[in-house]
Amino acid sequence: MPEQLYNAIFIGSIYALFAIGFALVFSVLDILNLAHPAVFMLGAFTALFCMATLGLPAGAAVVIAFVATGLFGILLDRVAFAPLRRRDAPPLSAMISSIAVAAIIVRLVELRYGTDFLSYPPESLPSLPFQVGESRLDGLRLVIIGVAFAFMVGLTYLVRGTRLGRELRALAENPRAARLLGVDVERAIAITFFISSGLGGIAGVLLGFAYNSIYPQMGTLYELKAFTVMVVGGMGSLPGAVLGAFILGLGEVASIEFLPSEFRDAFAFGLLFLILVIRPRGLLGHKAVDRV
Amino acid sequence: MIDQFLATYSTLLATVGINALLAISVWVTLYAGQLTLGNAAFMGIAAYTSALLTLKAGMPFPLVLLAGGVVSAVLAVPLGVTVFRLRGVYLAIATIGFGEVVRVVLLAIPITGKALGLNGIPPKTELWHIALLLTVTAYVLGRVRASTAGRAWAAIREDEVAAASQGIAVRRYKLAAFVIGAFVAGIAGGLSAHLNFAIEPGDFGFVRAVQILVFAVVGGIPSVLGPIVGATLLTALPELLRPLRDYRDVFQGAILLFVIVFLPRGLVTLATLGRTRRLARIGQLDAA
Amino acid sequence: MLLEVTGLTKHFGGVKAVEAVDLGVDPGQALGIIGPNGAGKTTLINLISGHFRPDAGRVRFDGADVTGLQPHVLTGRGIARTFQGVRLFKGLSLLENMLVGRHVRMRSDVLARLVPLRRATSTDETRVVALLDRVGLARRARDLAGELSYGDQRRLEVARALSSEPKLLILDEPAAGTNRAESAALRDLMRDLRAEGLAIVLIEHDVRLVMGACQRVAVLNFGRRIAEGTPAEVQADPGVREAYLGTEEATA
Repeated sequence: MPEQLYNAIFIGSIYALFAIGFALVFSVLDILNLAHPAVFMLGAFTALFCMATLGLPAGAAVVIAFVATGLFGILLDRVAFAPLRRRDAPPLSAMISSIAVAAIIVRLVELRYGTDFLSYPPESLPSLPFQVGESRLDGLRLVIIGVAFAFMVGLTYLVRGTRLGRELRALAENPRAARLLGVDVERAIAITFFISSGLGGIAGVLLGFAYNSIYPQMGTLYELKAFTVMVVGGMGSLPGAVLGAFILGLGEVASIEFLPSEFRDAFAFGLLFLILVIRPRGLLGHKAVDRV
Repeated sequence: MIDQFLATYSTLLATVGINALLAISVWVTLYAGQLTLGNAAFMGIAAYTSALLTLKAGMPFPLVLLAGGVVSAVLAVPLGVTVFRLRGVYLAIATIGFGEVVRVVLLAIPITGKALGLNGIPPKTELWHIALLLTVTAYVLGRVRASTAGRAWAAIREDEVAAASQGIAVRRYKLAAFVIGAFVAGIAGGLSAHLNFAIEPGDFGFVRAVQILVFAVVGGIPSVLGPIVGATLLTALPELLRPLRDYRDVFQGAILLFVIVFLPRGLVTLATLGRTRRLARIGQLDAA
Repeated sequence: MLLEVTGLTKHFGGVKAVEAVDLGVDPGQALGIIGPNGAGKTTLINLISGHFRPDAGRVRFDGADVTGLQPHVLTGRGIARTFQGVRLFKGLSLLENMLVGRHVRMRSDVLARLVPLRRATSTDETRVVALLDRVGLARRARDLAGELSYGDQRRLEVARALSSEPKLLILDEPAAGTNRAESAALRDLMRDLRAEGLAIVLIEHDVRLVMGACQRVAVLNFGRRIAEGTPAEVQADPGVREAYLGTEEATA
């Protein structure tokens, strides 16, 4: 039992880190950034590059992955979203633009690393088994849970307690008003993308470490799960994303117990559908239904 | 000469034709301003339906094609009614969710052969079938686009609330576009199943759905030729440029990015550059 | 009474946007609705045109109860409207806008269109071009609606609303930002339409236009109807003055 709970919390943490990045961009810019899963993957592979090719330790690789994916996020905005913003394009155009970038990135990584599963260099990842009652648990996952929580707390503080956070919230409410109030909109957006992509990249590295298995298409599965997370929690709501993530994590682990394994993924999508039909705004989100 | 060409490239042409049909299926809903990513699932449902009818019931080819299309269309109704209350992004996600549920179901129920899929499907699809169906579909839908129904769709795409005020039953029209799209995707699915001998659930997932969308978006919204152009360009070009084959997805991504940033209504708008420029000037460059 | 509204009420959360409003319009008559900003005028119109469902009250139109029916159904029954700030199909041409406006009167030509014959200009097209001509926009029929000036867009919207041959036309602030000549032209158009039997409901801030073009005027404030009568009666009503100018201070 504790092992399942441990796994549920672990997987929930990963989903949360991943989904928060999605939710952040959606709440500030109303865009569904479908390049986010590619960034997730990029984080994992950046760490691989650092550790396998440059021989750096895991800790350094994590930091570099965060910064690299964060910067990539800024580049992503410049190339794919900023031009659309300039002509006031509807959010669906931005979504398609992000699909394009994702396709390019994933394919380039595939060409460099192949499409198969890869592992981090042996001995590079700490192995810290510990006992809880009867179960032997992997301490690496505990570290990951800790790191994930640290980031989530940090982000919460940023959004609620800092001036930047206020600017982001203003931007989310009303971009025009924010600009009139003196918010440097482009700077705030750049920072949003840095944080969002950085978090996505971190999620990728940590997941890669935990399973010690990465591949270029790894973002797709998490992307689909992230939709469920965001819809359940409420699109654009950061606490909603965290809540949705843990609900999904617990639900998946529980469903493995009671359903054949083929249906584990079905749980996520079934839940997605159910929520969209019953309460599209999710637990903590805004109205999602046409009034007329 | 032509025979030789056809012989060498028959598989490619068949794939282009099927992709064009799929792109048209997405185009119909895009024309009405809705972004749906469920057509790969409808394709899959029809592929399995038609293949099973051929393998187990020995039904004639035209009937299995029709059956596949009808099953998809019928399933599209409750789905459409459910999701069309949702706006924009939520609609897209709901259709993605639907696609995944279908994929999981296909993986789980025994009759579909689960992960191994279905094999040994008799190769009944011939190039002229695809050409004929593509031509008929394009013609019919092109004429529909120019009719009152097409105008209603365009109005919905521009402004749903205003469209309702002009007497357009918005939900009904959206649903019609969705069901028509599902039917066309279903026909494409049936053709595809009988072309490739084998089908498996992975053929009809999220990746496929996105690919179909890309064909339609790159080709363009204003005319039914758009999706055909998009599918042809993005399917054929990489095949013909042998050395660049590996970079096919990179090119597709790059073309999509270029189109969305500079010509969001698609490549066919190059043919009506005047109108496109006028739309740009009034800030209506994007289709929805 | 062509349009009869009784006890219409709409709350949004705790806010009483429209509270127990009664109204009526006869064919050939223009009813003006005025009131300070936020008085509930547009909400009232949205209730009548089907865009909102009322929490209480009834709307009767042309002898039938139409409360809560969807907008497109009401348009089919003969209620047409324009929007505050203009909601045109900007990427479509004027002609296309008009044809969409005529949607409920046009027979579906999907099947007919399948045969690619050269068609003569349909009667529908002729009718809507005549309407465009009436507002002075016929020569620009092929231009995109978004290319028109704001004033022209306004006129197009009125013409588009007329395309469906409505019995009741609701105009939501059609004169905002127009000059004296344009609002006079609007007043004349309204007069001509009334002579043809059309009933009009006009929401406006331009008091001169309302008083000059309407036979009856209703005044809303805080969601309630505080006065109703002829323009002269309403202008003399002290409650109306108070609503617009604020409370007169009682001098001891």
